[in-house]
Amino acid sequence: MYATNYHRPKSLAEAAELARSADAKYLSGGMTLIPAMKTRLAAPSDVIDLTHIAELKGVTVSGRSVTIGAATTHFDVANNAELKRVCPAICHLAAHIGDPHVRHRGTIGGSISNNDPAADYPSAMLALDAIIVTDRREIAAQDFFTGLFETALEDGEIVKAVRFDAPEKAGYAKFPNPASRYAMTGVFVARGGDGVKVAVTGAGDNGVFRATDIEAALARGFDPAALQGVTIPADGMMSDLHASSEYRANLVVVMAKRAVAAALA
Amino acid sequence: MGMEGIGARVARKEDKRFITGAGRYTDDMVVPGMKHAAFVRSPHAHADITGIDVAAARRMPGVIGVLTGRELKTDGIGNLICGWMIHSKDGTPMKMGAWSPLAVDRVRYVGDAVAIVVADTKAQARDAAEAVEVSYAERPAVTQALDALKPGAPQLHPEAEGNLIFDWEIGDSKAADAAIAKAAHVTKVHIVNNRLVPNAMEPRAALGVYDKAEDHYTCWTTSQNPHVARLVMSAFYNVAPENKLRVIAPDVGGGFGSKIYIYPEEIVCLWASKKTGVPVKWVADRTESFLTDAHGRDHVSEVQMAFDADNRMIGLKVDTVANLGAYMSLFSSCVPTYLYATLLSGQYAIPAIHCNVRTVYTNTAPVDAYRGAGRPEATYLLERTVETAARELGVSPADLRRKNFVTQFPYQTPVIMNYDAGDYAASLDAAMKAADYAGFPARKAAAKAKGKLRGIGMSCYIEACGIAPSAAVGSLGAGVGLWESAEVRVNAVGTIEVLTGSHSHGQGHETTFAQLVAGRLGVPIDSVSIIHGDTDKVQMGMGTYGSRSGAVGMSAIAKALDKVEAKARKIAAHLMEADEADVVVENGALKVAGTDKSVPWFQVALAAYTAHNLPAGMEPGLKETSFYDPSNFTFPAGCYICEVEIDPDTGLTHILQFVAADDFGNIINPMIVEGQVHGGIAQGVGQALLEGAIYNEDGQLLTASYMDYTMPRADDLPSFVVSTSNTPCPGNPLGIKGCGEAGAIGSPPAVMNAITDAIGDNGLTMPATPQKVWAAIRSAAKH
Repeated sequence: MYATNYHRPKSLAEAAELARSADAKYLSGGMTLIPAMKTRLAAPSDVIDLTHIAELKGVTVSGRSVTIGAATTHFDVANNAELKRVCPAICHLAAHIGDPHVRHRGTIGGSISNNDPAADYPSAMLALDAIIVTDRREIAAQDFFTGLFETALEDGEIVKAVRFDAPEKAGYAKFPNPASRYAMTGVFVARGGDGVKVAVTGAGDNGVFRATDIEAALARGFDPAALQGVTIPADGMMSDLHASSEYRANLVVVMAKRAVAAALA
Repeated sequence: MGMEGIGARVARKEDKRFITGAGRYTDDMVVPGMKHAAFVRSPHAHADITGIDVAAARRMPGVIGVLTGRELKTDGIGNLICGWMIHSKDGTPMKMGAWSPLAVDRVRYVGDAVAIVVADTKAQARDAAEAVEVSYAERPAVTQALDALKPGAPQLHPEAEGNLIFDWEIGDSKAADAAIAKAAHVTKVHIVNNRLVPNAMEPRAALGVYDKAEDHYTCWTTSQNPHVARLVMSAFYNVAPENKLRVIAPDVGGGFGSKIYIYPEEIVCLWASKKTGVPVKWVADRTESFLTDAHGRDHVSEVQMAFDADNRMIGLKVDTVANLGAYMSLFSSCVPTYLYATLLSGQYAIPAIHCNVRTVYTNTAPVDAYRGAGRPEATYLLERTVETAARELGVSPADLRRKNFVTQFPYQTPVIMNYDAGDYAASLDAAMKAADYAGFPARKAAAKAKGKLRGIGMSCYIEACGIAPSAAVGSLGAGVGLWESAEVRVNAVGTIEVLTGSHSHGQGHETTFAQLVAGRLGVPIDSVSIIHGDTDKVQMGMGTYGSRSGAVGMSAIAKALDKVEAKARKIAAHLMEADEADVVVENGALKVAGTDKSVPWFQVALAAYTAHNLPAGMEPGLKETSFYDPSNFTFPAGCYICEVEIDPDTGLTHILQFVAADDFGNIINPMIVEGQVHGGIAQGVGQALLEGAIYNEDGQLLTASYMDYTMPRADDLPSFVVSTSNTPCPGNPLGIKGCGEAGAIGSPPAVMNAITDAIGDNGLTMPATPQKVWAAIRSAAKH
C-alpha cells in the first residue's frame, strides 16, 4: 500500500468537502478498495470513510416501503427482523455475501457504488426496481448501473440510501466462483404489482442485467417448471478461467429456477 | 507405553503457542539495525535484460542500497544448483542451465529476481523497487512442457538444447513391449497431473545478518532443513564457509516441500547484509509466494497397461513429460524419476514395467517436491489406469485390484523398490467395509431418483518414505546422505533435551519426539524438550520432508536413547551394587529386577554429573549422540474410497463420504496421525477438485491470488472416516512407516474415479471444476 490520508467525516457535507482533494476515494467498508490499495493497484491520496456518518446507517421498514442506509453492513441487512418479514430474499442475499468478516465490514452503498460485475446487491436493486438516493438526487436502479464497475454517480456524489417496495415474492440464488466465492452467476427474481423482474449478476459481460426472456416465461407462470426448456444465448456472457459463456448461460437459467423455488418456499 | 508414551493421544505441546499467536516466525525476528528488502522482479516470462538503471531508486527516501546481479557475480556468489544428478539413457548428464540468484542477462519466468533494494522500511523498499528501471527485450515464452519440446519452441538455456533436461528411463522396455504385444487386453490412458502452488500459511522469509567483527553470517529463514541450507550455501553458493554461517529455521508455518529448497532470496539477503552493512530482512507477500515458491506436479503421461486373459497385469509402459519450470530447483530432478517411476508397480505384481521420463524447461516457476513428490503422480497414473481397465474389462474395480495385489513379502518390483511388508487386502477390506461399498448401488438409485449423479471410486496407493539408505541414494545421484542425527542430553536434575536434525513446521515433533523419550524412560513428557532448527545448537541434520522424521529422525533418537539408557544402567548398577544386566528402566526409576532396590531417574543423572561415585573409568555426564542411516525405504500403503454426488445442472461435485484405511506401521500419536491424514486428504481433494496453476501463453500466472486459485475450504470437505492398520515396518527400530504425505498421495485418484464413475469418463482432467464436470456431462449426453 502507498501512503494515504485517512479521514473519518461525521457528516455528508464534511465528506463532500473532503472529496474535493485531488485523488480522494470514498471508503464504505473497503472490501474492494482496500485489497486494491494493498496490492498497489489503487493509490488514492485521501480515503474518506463514510461508515461513521450516522444518517447513512440503518434499515427502515414502513408498511412495504423499505429504506436501507448506504453504510448499513451486510450483517445488519441480513439480520434485520422487520426486513426479514417483508423481504426475506434480500436478507438471504446479504447473509451469503463473502464471509463473516466481509459481512461485518462491507456495506450496501459500497457494493452498489463499486458495481463489481460479480457483486450480489446490484441484481437485487435491479429486480426490486430500487431507487438509489444520493446526496444530490434519486436515480432508478435501471439507470444507476451503467457497466463494469461503472455507475451513474458523478464525481464526489455519495449514495445515501436505497429504497424499494417489498415485492409479494422474491428469491435469490447464486452459484459462487469456487475460488473467490463471488457470484459466478447470481439471479434475483421478484414478483410484484407490475409483474416479474429477473436480474442477473456475475454472468453478463457488461455487468448486471435484466433477463427478459426469463421474465416473460415467469410472467406466464411463476414456477420453476415455467423455465423448463428456456435457454438464453451465450452471447453477451462473460467468459473466464472459471466459467465459459456457455456455462454461465446455463447457470443463469438454473439459478433462476432455484431463485423462483426459493421465492415460493 | 503409558499415558504419555508411544501410542497415546497426547495433545500437541506446541499448539498453545501457535493458537495464542505466541509462535516466533522469521518475520517476528528483530535485530538491532535491521532494514527491509524488496526484490525487483521480472514482469515478463522471457526477456533479455538490456539495462538496469538504479540511479533514481538510490535517491529514494530511506534507501540504503540497490544491488544487482552483476555485483553479485563480481563478488563470486554462485549459481543455484540441483543436488541430484540424473543421467539420460544415452549416458549424458542432465543439462542444467545457469540460475543466478539475481538474473544478469536474461529473465526466464514472471517473478525472476533481478535486483534487491534495502531501505529503512518495507514500504520504502517497495517504492524504490518500483523506481528501478529495468529495460527488457521480450522473447517469446513457452509454458507447457509438450510445447517446449516441439521444434522451433522458444529456447530457455543454451545448455539444454530443445529445452530437454534429461531423457531418462527405468525398467525393461523390451519386456514391457512384449507383454503389451501378447496381452489379451491393453488399457491406454492419457494422464495429466495438474500443476499446484504449495500455499504454506506462512510465506517464505529470510533475515540475513553479517557480523563484521567475526566475519560471520546468521540467516533466519523459513526452512524445512536448516543444515542442508547451510551446507548448500557454503559449498555451492560461496556465501560463507560452514563455520562462519549459522542458519536458524525458527517456527515455520507449513512447508509441504516448498521450504526444502534454498531459494535466491536467502542467499541475496545474506550477501546484501555484508554489502550494505546492515541486517536485511525480506518477507514474501502472497503474490510473490504464488509466483516464486516452487510449484508441484505438472506431468503429462501416456500409459499402456497390459492384461492376460485372466485379467492379470502382465506389463506397464509409461511415457512421461515433466515440466521443471525455468530453472532446476534443488531436488527437482529426483521427483519425476526416483520418487515417481520407482512407485509405478503400486500394490500390484506387474512382471514388466518400463517408464521413460523427459524433463523440460519452460517459462514458469521452478517445479520441485510438493507433499508426496512423485508418489502422487505415480499413484494417480496407476489408479486411474486400473479403474479404467476395470471398466473396460467389465469387472469390479475392487476385484481387479485384489487379484493383482502383491501378497508375498519381501517383493522385488521391476523398478528398484523392494517392498518389505504390507497387507493390501486388509486395507481394501477395511475401507470397503467402512464405506459400505456393498450398499452403494442402492444409494446410487436413490440419488438418481432425485436427479443427482452418484459415483464411488477407490485408490489403493503405496508410497515410499524415509528415502534411504545414504549409500543407495548416492549411487542413484543424490548429492547428500539421507540419514538423521540426534543428541539426547540429560541434564543434572534429570530433565532431558533432545536435539534433532529433523525440523518441525507443523508436524508436531515437540510432542511425538517427547512421547518417545517419556515412554522409554517413564519420565513426565513436560520434562522433555525438543530442540531443532538451529545449526549452532543441533549437531547436524538432514531436515524434514518425504515423511522421514518419524522413521529416520525418531529412529536416531531411539539409537541415542539406547546409549543413554546403557550408561544410566551402568551408573545405577554401580549405585545399587547390582549386576548391570539386572537393572531395568521403569516408571522414571532404575530398578533391580525382582527386588525393591530402585534409584530415581534424576538421581542417576545427578550422579553422572557430580561424578562423585561413578564406575571406575567412566566419563562423567549423560549425553549421547547417534547418526541413523536406515536400511531401506518404508512403504506405507492403504486404500481410499470416495463417494460423490454431482448436480447435473451445475456440474458441482459434493463429496459425501471419504474413507481412508492406511497402514502406517507403528503409530506414536494417533491424534497427530489422523491430523496428518486429514490435511493430506484436504490437499488431495484440493488437487482433484479445486486447485490448478494456470499460465496464459505469454507466461503470466493467471491464478496468482486466492481470487482465482481455489484452496480447499472446510465446506468443500466431508468429515473423513479414517482408520489405520499397523503392520510394523521391519526396517527401523520403531517400526514406523510415516504418514505425512499419504493423504495427498492416495486421494486424488479416488476422487476422480468417483466422479468418472458418476458421469462416465470423458477425458476429464483435474481439477474437476463445476464447469469441466458440466461440460463432460454434456459431451457424454451428445454422444
